[in-house]
Amino acid sequence: MVLKTLEVLGPLHGYGIARRIEQISGDLLTVNQGTLYPVLLKLEQEGSIASEWGASENNRKARFYRLTRQGRKQLQAEARSWEQTAAIIERFFTAKAQDLK
Amino acid sequence: MKTLRRLFHRLTSWATSARDEEFLRAEFEEHIAMQTADNLRAGLSTSEARRQALLKFGNVEAMKESYRDQRGLPLTETLVLDTHHALRRLRKTPVFTAAVLLTLALGIGANTAIFAVIDSILIRPLPYPHAESLIRIGTAAPGLPGLPDSLGCSPSMYFTYREENRVFQYFGIWYVRGASLTGIAEPEQPRALFVTHGVLDALGVKPLLGRWFSEADDTPGSPETVMLTHGYWQRRFGGDTSIVGRTLTIDSRPRAVIGVMPADFRFQGDPELILPQRFERTGQSLGPFNSQGIARLKPGVTLEQASTDVARMLGIWLYAWPLPPGMDFTPFQNALLAPRVQPLKQDIVGNIGSTLWVVMGALGLVLLIACANVANLLLVRAEARQQELAIRAALGAGRGRIAREMLVESMTLGVLGGALGLGLASAALRLLVARGPDTLPRLNEIGIDPFVLAFACGVSVLSGAVFGVIPVLKYAGPRVATALCGVGRTFSHGRERHRVRNTLVVVQVALALVLLIGSGLMIRTFQQLRSVPPGFTHPEEIQILHSTIPESLAKEPERVMRLQHEILDRLAAIPGVVSVGFGDAAPLESFLRSGNPVYAEDITLTGGQVAPIRRTRKVAPGYFKALGTRVIAGREFTWTDLYEKRRVAIVSENLAREWWGAPGAALGKRIREAGPADPWREIVGVVEDVYDNGANVKPPEFAYWPALMDQYIWGGKDGAAVSFGMFAIRSSRTATEGLLAEAQQAIWSVNGRQPVFLITTLKTLYDQSMARTSFTLVMLALAGGMALVLGIVGLYGVIAYVVSQRTREIGIRTVLGAQPAEILATFVRHGLLLAGIGTALGLMAAAGLTRLMSSLLFGVTALDPVTYLAVSALLVAAAVLASYLPTRRAIAVDPVQALRAE
Repeated sequence: MVLKTLEVLGPLHGYGIARRIEQISGDLLTVNQGTLYPVLLKLEQEGSIASEWGASENNRKARFYRLTRQGRKQLQAEARSWEQTAAIIERFFTAKAQDLK
Repeated sequence: MKTLRRLFHRLTSWATSARDEEFLRAEFEEHIAMQTADNLRAGLSTSEARRQALLKFGNVEAMKESYRDQRGLPLTETLVLDTHHALRRLRKTPVFTAAVLLTLALGIGANTAIFAVIDSILIRPLPYPHAESLIRIGTAAPGLPGLPDSLGCSPSMYFTYREENRVFQYFGIWYVRGASLTGIAEPEQPRALFVTHGVLDALGVKPLLGRWFSEADDTPGSPETVMLTHGYWQRRFGGDTSIVGRTLTIDSRPRAVIGVMPADFRFQGDPELILPQRFERTGQSLGPFNSQGIARLKPGVTLEQASTDVARMLGIWLYAWPLPPGMDFTPFQNALLAPRVQPLKQDIVGNIGSTLWVVMGALGLVLLIACANVANLLLVRAEARQQELAIRAALGAGRGRIAREMLVESMTLGVLGGALGLGLASAALRLLVARGPDTLPRLNEIGIDPFVLAFACGVSVLSGAVFGVIPVLKYAGPRVATALCGVGRTFSHGRERHRVRNTLVVVQVALALVLLIGSGLMIRTFQQLRSVPPGFTHPEEIQILHSTIPESLAKEPERVMRLQHEILDRLAAIPGVVSVGFGDAAPLESFLRSGNPVYAEDITLTGGQVAPIRRTRKVAPGYFKALGTRVIAGREFTWTDLYEKRRVAIVSENLAREWWGAPGAALGKRIREAGPADPWREIVGVVEDVYDNGANVKPPEFAYWPALMDQYIWGGKDGAAVSFGMFAIRSSRTATEGLLAEAQQAIWSVNGRQPVFLITTLKTLYDQSMARTSFTLVMLALAGGMALVLGIVGLYGVIAYVVSQRTREIGIRTVLGAQPAEILATFVRHGLLLAGIGTALGLMAAAGLTRLMSSLLFGVTALDPVTYLAVSALLVAAAVLASYLPTRRAIAVDPVQALRAE
C-alpha cells in the first residue's frame, strides 16, 4: 500500500502516506498511524524507498519518502503476486459444485 | 540478499543511533503537528485536536521502541544495556553480590577442578602421537592362585614376540628401578627406565637433543649409553647442551650420554634416566616376568587380533626356552598362560575412574545446592523489586523484555562466579599436582586446557540459567495489579508466596544429606581401615632407607652380610635409636615385592595341583622387633642362624594356619621355595600377619628366609645375601634432618658413599596405601561440608525471611498475650518441617545413590544404619539451630516497634 501510494502521488511525508491510506481505504483501515514508521524503515532498509528531509506544505521540516527503481520493481512483483492470489481466491468463491464434476 | 542489506543497514545505524533518535523524534513530532492542524481545521478545540492526534498516532514510546527494534541490532543493544544495568545493580548491593559470587565460585571452581582432573586422566589421550594404537602386553596365569591379575613379560618373551609377531609395528619391554649415579659430589639414585629397542620407537617421541637408542645400543658388547629426561637434565646438569657425549658412572659403569628427551615426554614411574636393557639371548629362560611389554599396533589391527597373535606366540614361546634353574615344567603347564592385552591408557589409568566420577557427582550436587541457594537470594531480590517491575510492565515493558533483563542479571552473576571459580580451580589444581596422592595416575599432566575452559564457561552459563529461571517464572509474569496493591502494610503474606522458596530449601537439605551420608560412609571406611592391625606398630617412628653394597666392595655373600651387619650396628649406636632391622623390603613397599610358589615337605599336592604363590622376604635378626611385628610362636632369626648358615625359616600366622591348623603346629616343619634346587628349611618362628597389600586387602601369606643363605634357588653357587637392602630404624627422631644425616654417615662409612635412597617412613607408606580412601574421604568431606553450610544457610535464610515478613504479626500476637515459647515453636516447627521433608527425600536418594560408591567402601555397607542415623540427626540438629536463631531475634523485638516497622 505504501509503495502504491508513493507511485501514485510521488514523494510524500509520513503523515501524508497515513492520510492517503485512510482516504483510499475509506476509513476502513484505522490502525495507529505510528505503526507506519517501522514499516517505512524496513522498506528503506530493503532499498525500495529512499527518504530526504525537505519542507512541508506549512513550511516545516519533514522527511519525504519516494519510490526507488528497485521499489518500482518490487511493487510490480507484489502486484503480480497479489493479482494471482486474488484470482485464485476469486475462483474459489465463484466455483460452483457442479463445475467440479 | 534483502536480509543481508537490512543487516548492513542495522549495523551502520547502530553506530549513528544518537542522531537517528533525534530525527525520529522530529518526524513523529511533525506527524502529530500535521494531524493536529488537520483536526483544528476540522473544527476541534486546540487541546482536543492535539489529544485526538495523539490517540490516532498510538503510544509514542511503544512506536519508538518498535521502530528501534527495526533499526539497530536490538538484541545486542539491549544485552549490552542489560548487562550494564545488571552490573550497576550488583555493585549497589555488595553483600548480596559477594555472597552469591562466593557461593558460585566455590561450586563452579570445585567442579572445574575435578573436571580438569577427569579430563586429563580419563578423557585426554596419552601424550604420544597416535596413542590409541599403543597397547600394554602382559601375561595372565589363571591356573596359578595367588598371582596378580596380570604378570609382566620375561626377556625370553621379548625375543619370541619380536621375531614371531604379525601385528606389531614396534614392540619392546621395559621396567623402572633405581640406578646409582656415582663419581659426582652427591651420589644419587635416580629412577631409571630400562628399555629394549622398540620401546621408544613405539612411543614415537623424538629426542630434544642427540638420538634414540639404536639396535646397536641394545646389543651386549657395544659401548654403553644412556639418555636423560628433560627434568633431570635441567635439575642435575642445568640444561647444559654439551651433555651429549659426556660420560656418567651409572651402577659403577661408565655410560655415554647420547640424547635428552623433550620436556613433554612422560612415562609411567616418572623416570629420570633411560637406559638400554641389553639382554643376552643365550642364558635366558622362561622367567622372570618382571618387565612390562609395550607395543604399537600396525595400522588397522584390532585389540582382538593382537590378543590372538600373542596367544599364538605364547604357544611357541613355552616350548622354545629352557626352564628357570631348579624349577620343573608343571607350574608352567598348569598356569594356563594367556595373553593380557589392553590399551596402554587403560593400563595406566586403572580403576581410578570410579573414584573420580563419585567425586565429580558429589561436587555436581554441591553446585546444585549452591544454585538453589542463589535462586533463593534472587527470589528475595525480585520480591523487593516487584513494585518496580510492575510499574515497568504498566508502562509497556513486555514479559519477555523483563524476563530477559532478569536472566541477564543472573547470567552475569554466573559468568562472574565462573571466572572466580576458574581462578580457584587453577589454584586447587596446583595444590593437587604438588601434594596429590601418588596413586593418581598422570598427575603431572593435570592442568587447565581449552576443553576444561569450555566446561567452566558452560557450567557458569548453565547455572546462571538454572538459578535465573526460577525468579523469572515467578515474577516476570503480568501480575501488575496484585503486585501494585499487594505491597506495603495492607496484609501479611500468604503461604503461597513461600512455596517456591520452601521447595528449594527442601531440595537443598535433601542433597546435603546425600553428600553427608557419602562422606559419613567414607569416614566409617577410614575408621575400619585404621582399626585393622597392620602387622606393625607405631609406623610414624620407623625410618626407612635403602642402600647397596656394590660388587666392587664385596662379592661373597658372607662378606656382604658382615658389611650390612656393621651398618646395622652403627645405625643402632645413633643416639635416640630404639631398634634397627634389616631386610630386602619394608612392609607395603609394593615395588619391591617378590613372590614364588612355596612347598611344605609334609603337604603333598595331589595330581596337577600347583603350589600357590606366597610372598617371600629375606630378613636379618631384629627385623620383626624393629617393625613391631609380634612373634606368635617360636622365635626370630639370630645372627648365629645366619652366620652358621642354618637352614631356617619363619612363616606368617595365616600360612601356618592354612597348612597345619595352628601357629604352634608349624614349628619344626620344613618348607622351600619354587623347586628342588632350594633346600628344605625348618620353621623356627611364626609371626603376625602383615597387611602388605594395604589394610583393605586380605594379608598375603609370607615365608621369611634368612638374609644370608648358603644355598638358595635364585642365588649363586656360594649362596645368597641381601646386597640391595632396606634398613628400618625405630627412633623418636624419625624423619628429622639430624637422624637422616647421621644414618647416611653410618651407611657411607661402610659402603663407600653408595647412594642412600627410597628414604621414607613406614607411616608414609601406610598412608599411601590408604591414599585413595583418604583422597575420596577428603573430597567427599569437603563436598559434604560445603553442602551442609549451604543447606543450613538456605534454611536460615528462609526462616529469617518469613520471620521478618511476619514481624508485625508477631507483635500483634505478643500484645494479645502469646507466649514467646509458642511463637518460637511455630517457626522452629516450620523449619523442622522443611528439614524433615528434605531429610526423608535425602534418605531415599542416598539409599539409591550410595550404591554407586560401594566399590570404595571397606567394612561398611552402602546402607550403614549408623551413618544414616548420625547424619540425619546432625542435619536435623543444625536445622533446629538455623530456625531458632532468626526467630529468637524476632521475639526479642518490642511489639510497638514491630508494629511500626513498616
